[in-house]
Amino acid sequence: MSYVLIVGAKSDIAKEVARTYAKNGYNLYLAARNVTSLEDLAIDIRTRSGVEVHLKELDITEYEIHQDFYDSLEERPLGVVTVSGYMAEQKEAQVEWAKSLNTINVNYTGTVSFLNIVANDFEKERRGFIVGVSSVAGDRGRKANYIYGSAKAGFSAYLGGLRNRLYESGVQVLTVKPGFVNTAMTKELDLPEKLIAQPLEVAEDIFKAQQNGGNVLYTKWIWRYIMFIISHIPEFIFKKMSI
Amino acid sequence: MYPKVDSMTHELSDDTKLKEYLESCDECISYGNGRSYGDSALSANIVHTKPHDFFLDFDDAKGLLHVQSGVLLSEILESYVPRGWFLMVTPGTKLITVGGSIASDVHGKNHHTEGCFSSCVLEFNMMLEDGSVKNVKSGTELFKATCGGMGLTGIILDAKIQLKKIHSQYIKQTTIKTKNLRETFRAFDKYKDEPYSVAWIDCLAKGDDIGKCLLMVGDFDTKGDLDYKPKSKLNIPFNFPSFALNNLSVKAFNWLYYAKAPNGESKQRVGIDSFFYPLDSIKNWNRIYGKGGFTQYQFILPLEVSYDGLQEILGLISASGKGSFLAVLKLYGKKNDNYLSFPIEGYSLALDFKIEKGLFELLDQLDEVVVRLGGRIYLTKDVRVSKDTFESGYEDIEKFRAYRKKQKMDTKFHSLQSKRVQI
Repeated sequence: MSYVLIVGAKSDIAKEVARTYAKNGYNLYLAARNVTSLEDLAIDIRTRSGVEVHLKELDITEYEIHQDFYDSLEERPLGVVTVSGYMAEQKEAQVEWAKSLNTINVNYTGTVSFLNIVANDFEKERRGFIVGVSSVAGDRGRKANYIYGSAKAGFSAYLGGLRNRLYESGVQVLTVKPGFVNTAMTKELDLPEKLIAQPLEVAEDIFKAQQNGGNVLYTKWIWRYIMFIISHIPEFIFKKMSI
Repeated sequence: MYPKVDSMTHELSDDTKLKEYLESCDECISYGNGRSYGDSALSANIVHTKPHDFFLDFDDAKGLLHVQSGVLLSEILESYVPRGWFLMVTPGTKLITVGGSIASDVHGKNHHTEGCFSSCVLEFNMMLEDGSVKNVKSGTELFKATCGGMGLTGIILDAKIQLKKIHSQYIKQTTIKTKNLRETFRAFDKYKDEPYSVAWIDCLAKGDDIGKCLLMVGDFDTKGDLDYKPKSKLNIPFNFPSFALNNLSVKAFNWLYYAKAPNGESKQRVGIDSFFYPLDSIKNWNRIYGKGGFTQYQFILPLEVSYDGLQEILGLISASGKGSFLAVLKLYGKKNDNYLSFPIEGYSLALDFKIEKGLFELLDQLDEVVVRLGGRIYLTKDVRVSKDTFESGYEDIEKFRAYRKKQKMDTKFHSLQSKRVQI
């Protein structure tokens, strides 16, 4: 039986990603901090889909335990999906270093540490898939959330390089760039309704893109075009804008 | 006529937060997947139950499923049809929550054999006005008030429902084409032992043709596979211009649909989605009515007056020229004990109307006939009836009001609809 490992499993997107993979017959490892709080989700998924679900304690910012964690999995996963994300309030992050650092560590450093281990294993085995959930915020730095955005930018670049490296080994790397998603992270923001995706839509897009061997997924799809425009605004104009 | 309200939303997660919320807000109503046609889930404060969507347990031996109230019927089908289980009772859409199914005490093509949704509900947990959680078993007064009670008794948290065993994902269907209302009634009577039945009726037919229909009856096949994959969705990406759907186009649609069916009786073998949920496969189908939207009108008449009443009402609709894209006729079985469940024994007609000039006058006319004949209007579809029209059909309304008052439910749970018809 094949397992998919979902890292950062407590997020709203991860919950739907987990359900979607389970619905399609994959067993699951759900990894997160204080993972016992996912016991109800594990029961939900087992009841819905009759697959195996194992909960695994993992702090993505504790780099030194990543290798042991990966080695301790009963069965090597067929694929890994990282959904870990942390977005501090920009105004707070820019004055409190601890918040900046945590943003960088959760979104970038920790995930890189973990995926290095996965990549080395998959490369050796010449199989597997890696899905990294990054963000459209990484496509251009904006004053509204550039600390989060810069960490995601780094992560997107990392995934691009990884895809390039692993191409020869037949390992798939999919970069996911969600736009606005209706989750706990965006609850307090006032966002245009038509651009907001539901976590389930994002999960279904991810599953489809992964199964079809995709490289970079924008979800909703319109973000590919929105971000194309935003990336191409000349800097002398962009620096004066508030978007 | 089109109630619009800006609402503050509480996303249902755990009991503690819900209790705090109930203490803090003046009044509120549950809101599931928003598929009630009218204003029964609208209020300035809503408790959004859809995120409360965990499956809790399934007893494989008995087919007993325990789920939270925000789970959609479609999710149950996706998980359990492949394992040989189906909903005992399902309405014509699967895109509704379990909580909503209980609150509306929905029914479907097998009402005459299985009754309403409540007949497959063994028990549920709900939070009352004071924040206490009550386990509600079938047969109790709180059960009778809550099933069909439009969310006005409390917030349903989770429920245990009975599924039925199936051996195939296919339905053996017989389609009967009739020429008038008399033939339609005879056909319903002839096939009353078939577990599922419903008729699509041409409501623009005139004179001797009034009441002509396609009656579809059937039952699950005993052979075949269970490899159920929900149909992929066709989307209507934008509102049609409002002139797109007029008398002529409805006529053409009804005619094509009717004409395409062979005369007399014919047999088909169809899948779950096309038999039970024909409209669910078209996302945003309401957009064909244009920006002005549409309203539903569903009533039921007691069996003994159904024939004359339908002749009269179909005559009025046909004379008005206001076509209904979809008109659904069904013979219902015995009524249950729930205070506000819609079904009684008799014929029910459900109609969609595009909102346009003169429509509400027509609906007022139809109300008069329904009231005069002792029929009733379905609250789940309603957005406009008066208190008097509503009350005349529901003989247990005073029991419901008294119970709500005694339990102080009326101090907390209200929708725009409950205020309009004063329940």
